[in-house]
Amino acid sequence: MDFLNSHLLSLILFSPLAAALVVLLLPGQNKTLTRWVAFGLSLVPLAFTLVAWFGFEAAPVVDGFRFQEQTVWYSAINSYYHLGIDGLSLSMVLLTTILTPIAILASFSVEDKVKAYMALFLALETGMLGVFLSLDLLLFFVFWEIGLVPMFFLIDQWGSAKGERELWNGIKVPARRYASFKFMIYTMAGSLGLLLAIQMIGVVSGTFDLIAIFQSWPALEGTLFGLPVATVKSIAFWAFAIAFAIKVPVWPFHTWLPDAHTEAPTAGSMILAGVLLKLGAYGFLRLVLPLYPEQAQQYAGVLALLATAAIVFGALSAWAQTDFKRLVAYSSVNHMGFVVLGIAAAAYAAGTESATIAMNGAVLQMFNHGISAAAMFFLVGVIYERSHTRDLEKFGGLFPLLPVYGALLILSSMASLGLPGLNGFVSEFLVVRGAWPIFTAYTAISMIGLFFTGAYILKGIAKTLHGPLNEHWKGHITDINRRELLVMAPLVVLMLWLGFWPAWLLNVINQAVVALFG
Amino acid sequence: MPTETLIWLIPLPPLLAFFLILLFTRKNNALSHTVGVAAAAISWLLGMLVFFAAIGIDHFGEHPFHSAIAWLPTGETFFNIGVMIDPLSAAVLFFVAWTVLMIFIYSIGYHNFGAPKGEHDKPGLPPHGAEDHGHHVPSIEPMYARFFAFIALFAFGMYTLVVSDNLLTLFVGWEIMGLCSYLLIGFWYGKPSARDAAKKAFLTTRIGDVFMLLGIVALYSATGTLNFHEILRNENILHLLASTPSGVFGLSAAGLIGLLLFIGTVGKSAQWPLHVWLPDAMEGPTPVSAMIHAATMVSAGVYMVLRMFPLLSAGWHHGDPLTTTMTVMAFIGAFTAIFAATIAVTQNDIKRVLAYSTISQLGFMIAALGIGAYVAAAFHLVTHAFFKALLFLGSGSVIHGMEHGVLHTGEHVDPQDMFNMGGLKKKMPITFWTFLIGGFALSGFPLITSGFWSKDEILADAFANGHFTLLVVLSLAALLTAFYTMRQITLTFFGEPRTKAADHASENKLVMTGPLMVLSVFAIIAGWVGIPEHFPGIGGLLPNWFHDFVGSSLLEHPHAPDFHPVPLLISLGVALGGLALGYLVYRKAGSVDPLRKPLGPLYTLLENKYYFDELYTKLFIRPAGVIAEKFSYWFLDRKVIDGVLHGVAQNSITLGTFFRDRFEGPVISGLADWLANTTAAIGRALRKVQTGAVQQYLLVVALVAFGGLFYYLFAVLR
Repeated sequence: MDFLNSHLLSLILFSPLAAALVVLLLPGQNKTLTRWVAFGLSLVPLAFTLVAWFGFEAAPVVDGFRFQEQTVWYSAINSYYHLGIDGLSLSMVLLTTILTPIAILASFSVEDKVKAYMALFLALETGMLGVFLSLDLLLFFVFWEIGLVPMFFLIDQWGSAKGERELWNGIKVPARRYASFKFMIYTMAGSLGLLLAIQMIGVVSGTFDLIAIFQSWPALEGTLFGLPVATVKSIAFWAFAIAFAIKVPVWPFHTWLPDAHTEAPTAGSMILAGVLLKLGAYGFLRLVLPLYPEQAQQYAGVLALLATAAIVFGALSAWAQTDFKRLVAYSSVNHMGFVVLGIAAAAYAAGTESATIAMNGAVLQMFNHGISAAAMFFLVGVIYERSHTRDLEKFGGLFPLLPVYGALLILSSMASLGLPGLNGFVSEFLVVRGAWPIFTAYTAISMIGLFFTGAYILKGIAKTLHGPLNEHWKGHITDINRRELLVMAPLVVLMLWLGFWPAWLLNVINQAVVALFG
Repeated sequence: MPTETLIWLIPLPPLLAFFLILLFTRKNNALSHTVGVAAAAISWLLGMLVFFAAIGIDHFGEHPFHSAIAWLPTGETFFNIGVMIDPLSAAVLFFVAWTVLMIFIYSIGYHNFGAPKGEHDKPGLPPHGAEDHGHHVPSIEPMYARFFAFIALFAFGMYTLVVSDNLLTLFVGWEIMGLCSYLLIGFWYGKPSARDAAKKAFLTTRIGDVFMLLGIVALYSATGTLNFHEILRNENILHLLASTPSGVFGLSAAGLIGLLLFIGTVGKSAQWPLHVWLPDAMEGPTPVSAMIHAATMVSAGVYMVLRMFPLLSAGWHHGDPLTTTMTVMAFIGAFTAIFAATIAVTQNDIKRVLAYSTISQLGFMIAALGIGAYVAAAFHLVTHAFFKALLFLGSGSVIHGMEHGVLHTGEHVDPQDMFNMGGLKKKMPITFWTFLIGGFALSGFPLITSGFWSKDEILADAFANGHFTLLVVLSLAALLTAFYTMRQITLTFFGEPRTKAADHASENKLVMTGPLMVLSVFAIIAGWVGIPEHFPGIGGLLPNWFHDFVGSSLLEHPHAPDFHPVPLLISLGVALGGLALGYLVYRKAGSVDPLRKPLGPLYTLLENKYYFDELYTKLFIRPAGVIAEKFSYWFLDRKVIDGVLHGVAQNSITLGTFFRDRFEGPVISGLADWLANTTAAIGRALRKVQTGAVQQYLLVVALVAFGGLFYYLFAVLR
């Protein structure tokens, strides 16, 4: 028990990696065995997370974080293997460990190189969890980068086999190659500045330990490298902000997203939208706001403007799509815009009640979007597996053929649209409420996006389920099967539960937000 | 059980029924409708218990039933949600409970329970009828169980809205009804027209909803609460909101918030210019039309502005000039009342006439509220709910009877077109008499019907407070109302059948006519609770209970207009005159509308609803599509942003190629052999150092990066 409590986070963090190794070392090429082992083992980190969840209140708090583990990792530069969680990271860890088993279950239809696929998927989980658990800047960065590699291969190797993308001068590349490289290079490009800024903070602070840096760095005054500290901080702020903005993605850094999400395998899209995007938003919350409170306040207006652009143009572009998956992909731009709007509002007016509400809303929106986006991508995947097309114009009137699927699609769509009574509404309401007194005009403009959210969601439903039946699919398309129902079940439960009684999660988030920014 | 607990329970049975039917009983029609009707009955019973408990309490407005719990943590405090029943919501609860229950029962008959399955019937399309012993008979709705699930959810939404003690859960109920109306208007989703109507309804009301959401957050930001009691019965808050400028159009904070909320109502209650969805919503099954257009959704819009009236009118006192927000409401309401009434005159679809009449009557309520006639608006809301539910269900009964005739004769005529009807009075007597009662109530037939008392009160208020333009407009609208209602009754029930189908129409079963009879009782007596005290002859026989009861919802008890003969004469004149004209013009109508010729192009204009659909398509829908596709997606994302990215990528590749050809080739390759050999030697030497420890590699990475950083900072910045 002692061991469990003192190494709980390490267990959460490395059990997926261990699972990946087990999967790789499985004898033979039995696909079914590989799948079930991967799925079974992916429940282990979830179990550990639940231990953390239920023991969270009781665990001692040191410097705002619980279940901390700290060992010198590299003494010469004072970098530590330092893990710890608060309400923010706990909710994100929970999201990750819930979505990974679901995504693995959703991947049972993958037939190609199953072992490698499952191993990469589990390794990816460790990468994502590391970002949420790290309390050391260098460690944070390492995990930040580690997550890229498995995702690159998942898109590049298991992505959709069809489609080409023209680059320039008539040069064409396979769409999934284009998407995977765009994803990789774009994120890496953002990481360069982040790395430099992290190194600089480490050198100046003499440590990479975040707890220490939280104390020393924001209070730093005077000159650095012959420049006023404020200037250096501004530069570093933007280095951080751009890296995270690319990941979120904030408009106009978002164009990698529709490509990556569209080309990725179903489960890849689920995790991309469900968790990977949250890494960026988490970066803002964990690092940018605490490290650069003044710069964040100074540039919050820019961030809010970009968030509003994401909300409005994201919704409009989603509405313009005829590819179902791309439509859902753009919806992520739209929804994550609300997260950033909430963060921007909180950054601008830190300490006020509105800021707290906006921040609560932003974090809850991260969780909610994780749930509903995963559900939407999965459902698009289900219909794609049966019809081998994502073209909305080729469906039509499928509801009588797919009654259960149709009901789930409508429910998930409504959750995504933010229908009151379902999860998305609570968080959007909190963000809008929090942002209104701070960025009134932006909030009002973002309502255009909220309106068009309705338009693209209904377009998706109308083009697939409603209207006269496209006779072509009669007998060629079957309703959702039992395994797929099992994938949807936890997501549906969470949508309803969080819509009806969000306090169980929001309490945890609220605590952290009050402690950090209150 | 304390009454508060009962109130918490009211919305739950329909919600439970929704899940039960969808998850468990959907294969069994009888069980499904039993669950649905039982749920509606339990909610009805609870509602009645609460209602009768409420009317027995003195000063109920000051001490309403209220109970709340903490719902959302917001920093150090909580956002509470709860239930509240005060006089206004008690009155609304009363009519909602009755109409909802009646609609549930009626639906059993309307969807042909007990009839055989049609051979060619498909889910998503209306049933086509079946062969039974050689006869062509109606067939049961293929998605019978699902229908009850959906209307149960709808009822849940409405009950939630009514019992809410705060604007947020009211909005939750509001939007759940929005979803249900989408699902139910598009119930026969296989028809493109139904699919499009459902989308149109959802999106048009959503325009109102996003404004309303802004109003809600603005109110929450300004007051720190959304609780009705805390805001609306708190003079300090109202005064503060009325005296704080909002910075927009010179409105006060209260005015702006009120206006934003009111736009929500414009969408939900189908007021001009967001009225376009409601007539198309007739694509849904008729019980749905009754549900949406009478008992629940459109009433919700008016209920919300009634509820928020103290805020909408903050800073205004009886006799003052109207505030901007109130003026806007009065204008929109009155304009909508007359605008929709003119369209209704030329519609031939029996349900569409009622749809436009609903829009028009809601306009009456909004206009009344705009001039501060709070009680009159609430009164008309209640009476209208009863007689409009009656009319819609009655029209459904007519359609159902006509469909029977159509199936029987095999004649291909539209069973909803009034010009295919005629003479149904003899074929469907119960439907006729109840429809007549409903129609007369809508027209404001004097003294007997409920519609007379509520409409008269609106006109009296307008007169007493000197809003003469409004009085004229509303009187004209009332005249048209009586006219088109009598047109409808005459075309449908009087004269000779115009088609064989009409000749073979037959009266419906008790399960459908029963609710009609119950509702027609209310269509009459609901008006008797609000007879003005000084009305000649009968005033004072019954106390003006409604005014006292509902009026006590407000902080300041509203002033009842003094009796004056002018508005009464107007009421009498327009109602009787309109009815008489309607009868005279359409008494002998053939298959063409006798007004078509004399009205000429005006008729075409009205028939096409002033071309608003076409206008909106041209002005908004198409341009929005172009902006989304061509600008937002193709231009911004693909051309500009991706163009920049590709440009960077292309230049990098060009640069890389340049280095490969000009630098790597001649320079590096020359050194390559030497380098390779040396590297190999060093490698052999270093092998001992290479421990495989990640830390060491990271050190190298870190050192290189540090070097870069220092170089950058020292050399470049200095």
